[in-house]
Amino acid sequence: PLPSVPLQDIRNTVGNIPMEWYQDFPHIGYNLDGKKIYKPIRNKDELDMFLEKMENPDYWRTVQDKMTGADVRLTDEQLELVQRLQRGQFGDVNFDPYEPAVDFFTHEVMIHPVTNRPADKRSFIPSLIEKEKVSKLVHAIKMGWIKPRKPKDDTPTYYDLWAHEDPNSILGRHKMHVPAPKLRLPGHEESYNPPPHYLLSEEERLAWEQQEPAERRLNFVPQQHRCLRAVPAYPRFIHERFERCLDLYLCPRQRKMRVNVDPEDLIPKLPKPRDLQPFPTTQALIYRGHTSLVRCLSVSPSGQWLVSGSDDGTVRFWEVSTARCMRTLPVGAVVKSVAWNPNPTLCLVAVAVEQSVLLVNPCLGDKLLYGATDQLLEAYVPPEEERVQPVQWVLPGAEEHGKGIRLIVQHGKPVKQVTWHGKGDYFSSVVSDTSSRQVLIHQSSKRWSQAPFQRSKGMVQCVSFHPTRPFFFVATQRYVRVYNLLKQELTKKLMSNCKWVSSMAIHPGGDNVICGSYDSKLAWFDLDLSTRPYQLLRHHRRALRSVAFHRHYPLFASGSDDGTVIVCHGMVYNDLLQNPLLVPVKVLKGHVITLDLGVLDVLFHPTQPWVFSSGADGTVRLYT
Amino acid sequence: RRLCILKGIYPHEPKHKKKVNKGSTAPRTFYLLKDIKFLLHEPIVNKFREYKVFVRKLRKAYGKSEWSTVERLKDNKPTYKLDHIVKERYPTFIDALRDLDDALSMCFLFSTFPRTGKCHVQTIQLCRRLAVEFQNYVIASRSLRKVFLSIKGIYYQAEVLGQPVTWITPYAFAHDHPTDVDYRVMATFTEFYTTLLGFVNFRLYHSLNLLYPPKIDSQADAELKPTEGKEYAMDSESYLERLSALSSSLARVVAPTHEDEVEMDEFPVEGETAEQMDAKKKEQEALEKHKKLFEGLRFFLNREVPREPLAFVIRSFGGQVSWDKSLCIGATYDATDPSITHHIIDRPHVEKQVVGRYYLQPQWVFDSVNAKLCLPVADYFPGVLLPPHLSPFVTEQEGDYVPPEKLKLLALQRGENPDEESEEEEEEEEEEEDDNDKEEEEEEDESEKEEEMKLKKMEEQKTQSNKALPVKVTAGKVRVEDKQRLEQEQQSEEKRLAIMMMKKREKYLYKKIMFGKKRKVREANKLAAKRKAHDTALREEKKKSKKAQRA
Repeated sequence: PLPSVPLQDIRNTVGNIPMEWYQDFPHIGYNLDGKKIYKPIRNKDELDMFLEKMENPDYWRTVQDKMTGADVRLTDEQLELVQRLQRGQFGDVNFDPYEPAVDFFTHEVMIHPVTNRPADKRSFIPSLIEKEKVSKLVHAIKMGWIKPRKPKDDTPTYYDLWAHEDPNSILGRHKMHVPAPKLRLPGHEESYNPPPHYLLSEEERLAWEQQEPAERRLNFVPQQHRCLRAVPAYPRFIHERFERCLDLYLCPRQRKMRVNVDPEDLIPKLPKPRDLQPFPTTQALIYRGHTSLVRCLSVSPSGQWLVSGSDDGTVRFWEVSTARCMRTLPVGAVVKSVAWNPNPTLCLVAVAVEQSVLLVNPCLGDKLLYGATDQLLEAYVPPEEERVQPVQWVLPGAEEHGKGIRLIVQHGKPVKQVTWHGKGDYFSSVVSDTSSRQVLIHQSSKRWSQAPFQRSKGMVQCVSFHPTRPFFFVATQRYVRVYNLLKQELTKKLMSNCKWVSSMAIHPGGDNVICGSYDSKLAWFDLDLSTRPYQLLRHHRRALRSVAFHRHYPLFASGSDDGTVIVCHGMVYNDLLQNPLLVPVKVLKGHVITLDLGVLDVLFHPTQPWVFSSGADGTVRLYT
Repeated sequence: RRLCILKGIYPHEPKHKKKVNKGSTAPRTFYLLKDIKFLLHEPIVNKFREYKVFVRKLRKAYGKSEWSTVERLKDNKPTYKLDHIVKERYPTFIDALRDLDDALSMCFLFSTFPRTGKCHVQTIQLCRRLAVEFQNYVIASRSLRKVFLSIKGIYYQAEVLGQPVTWITPYAFAHDHPTDVDYRVMATFTEFYTTLLGFVNFRLYHSLNLLYPPKIDSQADAELKPTEGKEYAMDSESYLERLSALSSSLARVVAPTHEDEVEMDEFPVEGETAEQMDAKKKEQEALEKHKKLFEGLRFFLNREVPREPLAFVIRSFGGQVSWDKSLCIGATYDATDPSITHHIIDRPHVEKQVVGRYYLQPQWVFDSVNAKLCLPVADYFPGVLLPPHLSPFVTEQEGDYVPPEKLKLLALQRGENPDEESEEEEEEEEEEEDDNDKEEEEEEDESEKEEEMKLKKMEEQKTQSNKALPVKVTAGKVRVEDKQRLEQEQQSEEKRLAIMMMKKREKYLYKKIMFGKKRKVREANKLAAKRKAHDTALREEKKKSKKAQRA
């Protein structure tokens, strides 16, 4: 106990509390009477403190009493006590820490008990509480809630698991099982010190950063480090392992049949084009003269003359072998179609110009021949009774007659196409109209026309006669209808599988038809086989404009807007069991694409394996 | 989910997704019904349930602070074993080896985790033990084949019983644990993988007549014990440490009786020609030689070099290795040992060199292993700009891009020594390559051009013939037409025509294949071009520096 030495009897009654509580108050507590004890006035500044420290000899033994705030000078006894405590000694001077120890109980066993109290009764009778506890345990054991401790399992954790492996006992599950694919092994670019060209350049790195993480071909940026010491930890290592784990148990596995074929094997084995000769291979002649696109072509049955009709309003007659323009016939409008009469004893060309079909005698070749033609036309005797005709047959004036025009068949509507029957007497014209009179069949010798159809079945694209039998082919937008002219009935309807048929040609045998379409397909029909195309050929890249068969050779050609003519070998066998053999043999280029149009018409020479083509560039070309 | 991982069940992609998914095409995972039934019959499901019950009881007991119950429950903690699942998933040992890649990678990753947080300490310790055991096996069987230092980690490839086993270990740095990774999934995988790896290790050790759990050769042990015992107080730990030091050989059940030296009996298989036999024999010899690559060499690893991978690689090719004693337990000889032949160092320069040993950078060890021969040391001296480290896993097929370094290496392997004229050769090679590329390009273009060319020629001819009449007659040039070229043109044209006749589906396939091929060629060309640009830049720099020196 510290005896405090108060100067006055100021005793603070606040008790044993932290004095900081009174920090903000002017008083420091209350005295016995309940009056406030005010804090002593402290107006000493640093200098005063210092002076006091220098001057007061008892400064070092002066402490401040926290309870009263007064300075207290420690007495000598107090000082001694403080020093003793600082040294770690007992506070009491008189206390002797080294007194001899006296045992309270001796370690020797005595004869008599220390206390003579008799044992309790409860030490003789079984404890109820314990009994309750035990019975609870017994009950729990009985009920199986508490289980005996398991014997230590001392079998080794690892043993030879595959000691009796039997490869035959593999379950069915394992046959179906798809083992996890292994991770890809790293390439050169993953090395810490790759060859310099594997490092990404600046733009490649930018591209890499802009890609989605899933899209990147490499999931890291190749880096180069000078030495092994400089290689840092890979920050995505745990990620990658985790992704692998996810892949292993969340990704569906599937056996993907890797097509491991040699691409060369995929290419069908076709007979060599060299073995399929003859066919046109090179461009031989160019017939120049037209100033606008040449829409149509036709060859005389002898193969000596070529006629072409163009958008510049002229029909030109050429000599095939020399490319000389023999005659030019101005007709004053766009020539949509020309057709040379296939009868070799006649020299007559049908030209479709605007709303009329002109029958022109070109006056070329044998004088006897074209004289006979004129005579034949003039030998017409008008019938007694005038029949109602869908068209008007008009004789041309003298001037036109001088140009060679012998007859004018005036239709009410623009004529699209004109085509001759094989015999050379009948010809048919197609009018761009939606009515039933789209197709007209004319007989030139009797100057008589008729409209064979009662109802229109859609826009007729082109028509054609069967070369030998009385069939008539009409191609509408999507179908090709075959009519029997004798029986006057529909015999077949061919589905072209194309969007818009543009042209049609009939095999000279008459059993096969090809259709070109504006969606760049060429359909080959075998009339005996089915009404669907036997084969659809997608050789051209743009719309097909025209197709043609050769009269003798097994060749057919197609001309397209992409400026090419593709010549194919199309062998038709007499044996019905054998399917036709179609082999493309040559791609002929030469026409320049103008106004997005390339080749507008193709045509074979009647006797030679030559092909003519007329193009939008105003030329006619001959390939031999 | 856990069961799926353990049993290796994976979802299936249904054939008709829309039909299965009741009309919607939203992505969903589909499991086979058979697989689900299969999972239901698994006995381990009951064990999992028991464990769940146990955890619940334990939590309850804790909540009530019934400590005796807690004790009792803990004593009876249910355990489960995955042995039968391992056996079921891998009916034969070879199957297990085939799937070892992921197991090893995972174990090596987990063994580098810190012992706190993330996952159980026991798991980490077990992983560490199994990984070390496997490394010891690889050393003992000398089955390591390839090593690759990538930026991701170190890839190893060993050939265990004829199966290539590849694994990756991270570089020895602390991981910064990503937050978007579900460690429970990883832990479940690890649980299975540790079981698998344990059994595989057991079997592998027994196939080599080694004791399992591995014991260090008693002879070596005796040498080590007195010195090491003092520094490492904890015996159990020091054992693993010493094992992981990989410096001493393991005890065998049967003393090694030089069985390795026994010549392989030759069973001439029918239909196998002598050439094949010869090739086989040669391959065998090469393999043997590769296995003994570092035999007789004594390495010393400086302290800044990653010790474990290097010690592992060197030891598995028969070299002896030691390191600074303070670095790790198990150092067998000192840095001052005069018999050291190679000192692996990774500093820019050496302070004091001892005569009679090569000071090399660590890449030399790895490159030599991959090249299957001790490479010339000159490129690998400390402070020298290292040659590129190539991946040994890349096998170039025909038409692939081969970096020039690889060509050089192949030449070395063939026994040529192109060191002196290496640069010239390189250039030549490059030129050749370039030529090849050009040719390829040309070929591509040719097919397109040729047609035009032909037509042009024809036209020329025609115009000539046409114009010949009025204009003076010019002497016709004799056009020497390359017959070969013509033939080629013809062939390519035939091919194009044939392609036109292909069916739609086949055409699609053909185009796809050709696209892939072309892309490959394009990439190779790109690489070659880059390389060339780099080389020319280097050469110019050299020239400049030379000029500067002269000036």
